[in-house]
Amino acid sequence: MTTNISFLLNGDQISYEIKDHWTLLHLLREEMGLIGTKEGCGNGECGACTVIVDKLAVNSCLYLAIDADKKTIETIEGLASTDGTLHPLQQSFVDNGGIQCGFCTPGMIMSSKALLDENPNAGREEIKHALAGNICRCTGYIQIFESVEAAKKMGGQNE
Amino acid sequence: MSNYNVVGKRIPKLDAAQKAMGRAEYIQDIKLPGMLYGKILYSKYAHAKIIKIDISKAKALPGVHAVLTGNDVPEKMKMGFYKDNPPIKKGKVCSFRDEVAAVAAKTPEIAKKALGLIEIEYEELEGIFDPEKAMEKESPLVHEHSKSNVLNLPWKLHYGDVEKAQEEAAFVVEDRFTTTWVTHCCMGTSGAVALFDASDNLTIYTNTQIPSLAQKDFLESLKAMGLKNKRVRVIKPIIGGGFGSKLDTYAYEHIAILLAHKCRKPVKLIFDRMEEFTATSTRQPAIIDIKQGCDKDGKLLFRDIKMILDNGAHTSWGATTPSVMMMPITSLYRVDNVRYDAKCVYTNNTYSQAMRGYGNPQATFAIESSIDMLAEKAGIDPIEFRRINRNHPGDITPQGFKITTCGMDLCLDTVEKELRKTASNEKSVGIGIASLIHVGGGARIYKSDGCGAILKIDDYGKVDVFTGGTDMGQGLDNITAQIVAEELGLLVEDINVVHSDTDVCPWDVGAHASRSTFVAGNAALGAAKKVKAKLLEFGSEILDTPAESLVLRDRLIFVPNDPEKSMPIDKLLRKAHFSPGGTMLMADHFYDPANENLGKDFKGNMSMTYTFGVHGVRVKVDEETGKVQVLEYVAAHDVGQAINPLLLEGQVYGGVVMGLGYALSEEVVHQNGKNMNANFRDYKLFTAKDAVKITAYVFETPDEEGPFGAKGIGEPGCVPTAPAIANAIYDAVGVRITNLPITPEKVLAAIKEKKKRPLN
Ligand code: FES
Ligand code: FES
Repeated sequence: MTTNISFLLNGDQISYEIKDHWTLLHLLREEMGLIGTKEGCGNGECGACTVIVDKLAVNSCLYLAIDADKKTIETIEGLASTDGTLHPLQQSFVDNGGIQCGFCTPGMIMSSKALLDENPNAGREEIKHALAGNICRCTGYIQIFESVEAAKKMGGQNE
Repeated sequence: MSNYNVVGKRIPKLDAAQKAMGRAEYIQDIKLPGMLYGKILYSKYAHAKIIKIDISKAKALPGVHAVLTGNDVPEKMKMGFYKDNPPIKKGKVCSFRDEVAAVAAKTPEIAKKALGLIEIEYEELEGIFDPEKAMEKESPLVHEHSKSNVLNLPWKLHYGDVEKAQEEAAFVVEDRFTTTWVTHCCMGTSGAVALFDASDNLTIYTNTQIPSLAQKDFLESLKAMGLKNKRVRVIKPIIGGGFGSKLDTYAYEHIAILLAHKCRKPVKLIFDRMEEFTATSTRQPAIIDIKQGCDKDGKLLFRDIKMILDNGAHTSWGATTPSVMMMPITSLYRVDNVRYDAKCVYTNNTYSQAMRGYGNPQATFAIESSIDMLAEKAGIDPIEFRRINRNHPGDITPQGFKITTCGMDLCLDTVEKELRKTASNEKSVGIGIASLIHVGGGARIYKSDGCGAILKIDDYGKVDVFTGGTDMGQGLDNITAQIVAEELGLLVEDINVVHSDTDVCPWDVGAHASRSTFVAGNAALGAAKKVKAKLLEFGSEILDTPAESLVLRDRLIFVPNDPEKSMPIDKLLRKAHFSPGGTMLMADHFYDPANENLGKDFKGNMSMTYTFGVHGVRVKVDEETGKVQVLEYVAAHDVGQAINPLLLEGQVYGGVVMGLGYALSEEVVHQNGKNMNANFRDYKLFTAKDAVKITAYVFETPDEEGPFGAKGIGEPGCVPTAPAIANAIYDAVGVRITNLPITPEKVLAAIKEKKKRPLN
C-alpha cells in the first residue's frame, strides 16, 4: 500500500509517495537521504532518531511516516542557517564538549531544542528529564547538560 | 604554568560541528551504487551438531544474490587470538552467537526474509556455562579437539615469597569477588561495507580501532580465498563509539568480504541493536580469589590472587586480559610479594574481547575492595592505609615497571579533602575511595607498539597530518592537531588530521591501552619537529639570523623583540617553494616507544610511563529498598600534561559513568548461554536521569617521554569506580557486596542478612 503524504520539512513543503509501513526514520534516512537522524536501536529505546514533529520530540523509528501527513517536521539538517551559522544549541554542544563520537548528538540536540522551544528557562532537572530517553555512551552526560545550559544563554530557543 | 599557545587549551573537537549538523558519515550512512545488504543467521543452540542445512528456498527468493554456509568459507579463513574461529561455523556450533549462514540481497528486508527460509537440522549437545564446572574432568568439552576446557595460556607469576610474607603478616584478609558480562553499547552499531575492484583488490569500510592489524587480517582472508598478492584498503568512517569493542576483526567483516566477492558487488552488513548485544564481545567475567596481608603498621606485605575467567566459546583478545590485570596486581601500591594465577576456561557462553581498561576494572574491584577490608582489620583509616602503601616516582615495581612520574599522593589528598568537606554523620550515608594504576605511555603487547605520522605543509601554511592513530570520538584528531600546531607555531584550524584510510595513513598498532595521545602524539610531534627544523633553517637564511634566535608562534617566524626580523610562516613557505631549486616541506616519523614486551616471568617495563588516579564517592543507601544513590563523585587523575582539558574531562566523565554502570546496574544476563536482555530497556545503562555530579581533578605531572609531558587517559576513568562504590556502601550500611553489579536486590539481601546476625 502506498499513500501520498505532504508535510513541512525543515521549512520546505514536501509531498512524497510512501509505503504505509515505513517509519518516519526510514523515510528520512533511506528514502530522502537525510542521514543526520540516526538509528541506534530502531526500538524507541535510545533517542538517536529523535526529530521534532509539531513541536514535540518523537522517536522517528517508532513514528509511522503516514502519520507525518500535514505535520511540521524538524530534523537536525534544518537547524543551521543557510549561511552555515550553527544553531545556538549546535554551537554550544561543539564548544562545551557535548560531542564525542557524535552518534547520539543529533537526537540530543533535537530533544534539547524541543525542550528549550517550549521552556526557554528550563533548569537542570528539566533538562535531565527531557533527555532521559537519549542515551549517550561517551560523555557521561555532564558536558551535554552544560551544553544545553550554555545554549539557553545564547538564546537556544530561537529559530 | 606552561606557556604553551595551543597545548593545554580547551579547543572543541575538530569534527564536532560536522557531527552537530548531522553531516558526519558513519558506517550506517554509507551507500554505494549497486550495493547489496548482508545478514547473518546465528545458531539456535548453545551447543549442537549441525546435521543438515538446506538453503535452496532462501536462494530461490527473488532479490537474493548469495547464500553462504560454513562450506563456503575457505578452510584457512579464521579469526581470533588463536586464528581458530571461522566466520561461519561448519559441523558444530558452540554458542548462540555462532554464525551458521549468511545472505546478500537487494534490500535488508529481503535478506532478513531469506534467513527465515534457511532450514537447519541440529542435534543438541550438552552445554557448559559455568567456568568452574567446565574445569571439571567430567564436563563436556566445548572443543573436542582440546583435552580440557582450560586454555593453554600460562598466566602465572610469583615474585618474592608470598607464603613467607603471609606468615609474617599481622593482618590477613581473604575473599572471593566476582564480576559479570558487560558490554560496550556503542551507540553506532557495528558494520562493514566490502567491495572488490576488477583486479580483486579489496576496499572495506569498517568501524575498526586497529586499521593496520585489520588490514593484515583481511589480507590473510583474501589469501585463504585464493586471492594472492592483492591489496586491502581499510577505510574508517566516523566511528560511533569504540571502548575496545573494535580491537579484533569479526565474522561480519569477513562475511561481508566473502559475500562481496561472490556477488561482485559492494555488500553492506550492519548490526541491529539486538545483534550488537548478542553478537559482539563483552568484558570478561571473572571469579577472583584474593588474599592480602599487612604488618601491624599497615605496610602491605603480600597479595595472592587466583582467577578464573569465562572465555566463552571462542578466543579473542579477552583471553589475554590477565596480562593487563597483572599490572594492578603487581604494581598498585608497593607490595613486594605477589602471586597470580589465572585460568581462562571455555564455556558455551559468548566470548569476550577488550573493553575499556582491559581487565584492570575487574582486578581493581577485587584489590581495592580487599584493601579496605584489610585497613579495617588493621584498624587504620582506609585513606591513610593507601597513603602508607602508595607508589612513588622512581619506584620499580616487582614486575619491573619503572614509575617515572606519580601523582597518587596529590590525588589522595584531593579526594580526601573533597570528601571530608561534608561531615558525614547522616544515617546510611558513606564514603569510599579506590585508586588505580594504568599504562600511560603505550603498552607493548604486540611486537611493535609504534605509530607513524606523515606531515605536509602547503604554500599557505596549511598542514595535513596523516596519522596511523584512530579517533573514535575520544579526540585523537585534536590531540594530533594541537601538538602539531604548538610545535609549528600555527593555529589548530591550520591543521587537518587524516586518520581514516590505510591507503594514505601509516601503520599503527591500534587505539588501545590509552596509548594514542602518547604514541600517536609522539609520532606527530616527531614529524612536526623535522618540519620545524627545516622552517628554522630557511628562516635563518632569509631573515639572516641564527636559527636558535627564531621563534614560531601565531603563524609567524620571528626574533623576539626585533620587529625587523619577522615574517609570516606562509610567506616563508612560498619563498622556499618558489625559488630556484625550490622545496616544499614534508616529513614523516615513526615512533615506537622504548617499552618492553613482558618477558620471562612476565617481567618488563611494559609502558614508558604509568598513570595514577584516585576516585572518591559519597553514597546514600536506602535501607528499605537497597537502592544506592550517588551523592557526590570526585575523580582525581595524574595525567602528565593535559593537551586538551575539555576533552580530557570528557574522557574522565564518560569513563566514570561507564564505571558506575559497571558498579551498579549493567549486566548482560545469560541463561544457559542465551542473552536474555538484548535491548536498552533491560540492559541498564546510566541515562541522563541517573547522571551524577562528578568533579574531575587533573594533576599535571609532566612526563619526560610524553608529548609535551602527556600521559594517556582514555581508560582510567572507569577503572576504580566499582570498588569506590562498594567501599562507600560498606561505610554507609556495613555490608560488603563482592559481586557486580551491586543491584538494590543484592544490597537489600545483604542488609537483611546482617540484621539477622547477632551482634558481636
Ligand atoms: S533508534 Fe529510535 S529510539 Fe533508538
Ligand atoms: S557522544 Fe558518543 S554516544 Fe554520545
